[in-house]
Amino acid sequence: MARIDLVDLAKSYGGETADVESWALKPLSMTWRQGGAYALLGPSGCGKTTLLNMISGIVAPSRGKILFDGTDITARTTQARNIAQVFQFPVIYDTMTVAENLAFPLKNRGVPRARVAQRVAEIAALLDLTPHLNRKATRLTADAKQKISLGRGLVRSDVAAVLFDEPLTVIDPHLKWELRSKLKALHKALDLTMIYVTHDQTEALTFADTVVVMHDGRVVQSGTPEELFARPAHTFVGYFIGSPGMNIVRAEVEGREARIDGRIITLNRSYPALPAGAKIELGVRPEFVEVAPPRPDLVSAKIERIDDLGRARFARVRIGDLKFAARVNGAVSAAGDDVGLVFDSAHVHVYADSRLAEGVA
Amino acid sequence: MDKTVNQKAWLLVAPVFLIVAFSAVLPLMTVVNYSVQDTFGNNQFFWNGIGWFKELLDPSTDLGSRFFASLWRNLLFSAVILAIEIPLGIVVALSMPREGWRVAACLVILALPLLIPWNVVGTIWQVFGRPDIGLLGYTLNHLGLNYNYVANDVDAWLTIILMDVWHWTSLVALLCYAGLKSIPDAYYQAAQIDGASRWAVFTAIQLPKMKRVLLIAGLLRFMDSFMIYTEPFVLTGGGPGNSTTFISIELVKIALGQFDLGKAAALSLVYNLIILTTCWVFYTVMTNAGAERKATTGEA
Repeated sequence: MARIDLVDLAKSYGGETADVESWALKPLSMTWRQGGAYALLGPSGCGKTTLLNMISGIVAPSRGKILFDGTDITARTTQARNIAQVFQFPVIYDTMTVAENLAFPLKNRGVPRARVAQRVAEIAALLDLTPHLNRKATRLTADAKQKISLGRGLVRSDVAAVLFDEPLTVIDPHLKWELRSKLKALHKALDLTMIYVTHDQTEALTFADTVVVMHDGRVVQSGTPEELFARPAHTFVGYFIGSPGMNIVRAEVEGREARIDGRIITLNRSYPALPAGAKIELGVRPEFVEVAPPRPDLVSAKIERIDDLGRARFARVRIGDLKFAARVNGAVSAAGDDVGLVFDSAHVHVYADSRLAEGVA
Repeated sequence: MDKTVNQKAWLLVAPVFLIVAFSAVLPLMTVVNYSVQDTFGNNQFFWNGIGWFKELLDPSTDLGSRFFASLWRNLLFSAVILAIEIPLGIVVALSMPREGWRVAACLVILALPLLIPWNVVGTIWQVFGRPDIGLLGYTLNHLGLNYNYVANDVDAWLTIILMDVWHWTSLVALLCYAGLKSIPDAYYQAAQIDGASRWAVFTAIQLPKMKRVLLIAGLLRFMDSFMIYTEPFVLTGGGPGNSTTFISIELVKIALGQFDLGKAAALSLVYNLIILTTCWVFYTVMTNAGAERKATTGEA
């Protein structure tokens, strides 16, 4: 069990002389709290797996240090790091039974036989694998195999952190939910630091206390799911998280007013310090824009279609040339209707060059 | 499920039937025909029933003793070369590079012996082993070892085994290499995290994942070595004495040397049966291993 500190950590697959913009992971410093449940969220190729593999020692960093509880372990091998990692595809040892699979890491470390049997029994009970202990591991289903992979990590009592690299990719949808709840429960029961890499926002938001959103080799925001939803620090977070994603449109901001396509939206704050020449955008989640009957004081729009997501309905609308999404309450309107948009000004954010601008009250 | 009945489909398989009939079934039937008859030349044949087979399987007769002697030689030879080539092939595959230009270089070098015609292989080793001008033979004799594959049984065997290992280990190595390449990196990474030693990685991951290619390699090498003819024929001609006379060489001696068509036909059929049986056993083992795998991925 450990706190993990990353100090100026970076990775370039093209060598250190390559342009920093081409690095798989740009220099990064952050701390992972002992016992935290973290998710590394980002699209394919954003560097999240590289970061994970550097923590486990499979990939060597080009620069920087990794500390476990203050001890520099950058130079240590994977074996010496006491890390557990679960991969995208279940890794099981074909010739062994479930019990032998679980015992394998302990056997390799020369743990006494009685202790091995005891740990295997404990972990099997924890993961509901007890009835399968004497079966060949190859004969089990993918989710059971993934549990075995996890169990091989947990069976070591000294494990510093458990890393997951998109562990639910090959699991059937109805079992995904079950396995995810299992992970959540394990996290509560074992007080382990867990880092979960995924490109699926639902997995990330339901599993983690802290979600770290990565984009193009950088961490763009790290925060609780609520923070990511309410105050995205970067336009990427805005549209990557949430379904549908945040509305992001070019705007001109002056005082407490924003102007999009010639129409005025009132803001809660003023933004006197916006950098000159920056690309200014307005970001607002569809949840905080409501479709209403047209009124002269509202931004007028035309509905293109309405998506019913079950829990809510969202209208795809057009303000002039701009595409926009907004919440539909009640039985108003159908495609083709002219409507007005009601903005919840507390949730309208201003972005300068894609980064959240802080306003003045 | 309803099957579509379409008798025209027979037309599509007919060419195969015809080709197989003329290339395999009919020639085999003439062998069956010869095996139950005796001839004194002049194209006069006499019914002999299962006489030749009785004689063949009775070690006290001349034919039987020759058959069993060459059969044991063949089995010993196959066992020895399997025992050498399979582990050696695995070792070679394990020590091959996994990426870069060296992979291509290794593959080309390994493929070279496989591309050489068999009688050329025999000739190469015949020259190579000669005590007067061959590099191997000359060197060994120069070092004080009395090596002469033409006169000494053991030397002849050693040379043939060495030749076969030189010729065919590549095949096993290439098959194993293909098996190794198909193992996803995650397995090695997981093993690293689990603290597995090099040996544990080999026994827990690499060997089980190579099981199927090893079965294929074993089958191919068994068949080829059990049917070996050209190389020992060119190298030793079955000698010295009969010490390297394998079944195939014995068969040619009986059929073409003595022109005992009946005996040769009976021997051919038994030889054929042994090979078919072995193939069937291998095939059953292999499909069972495959079925096991399919069942698990099907569940997944």
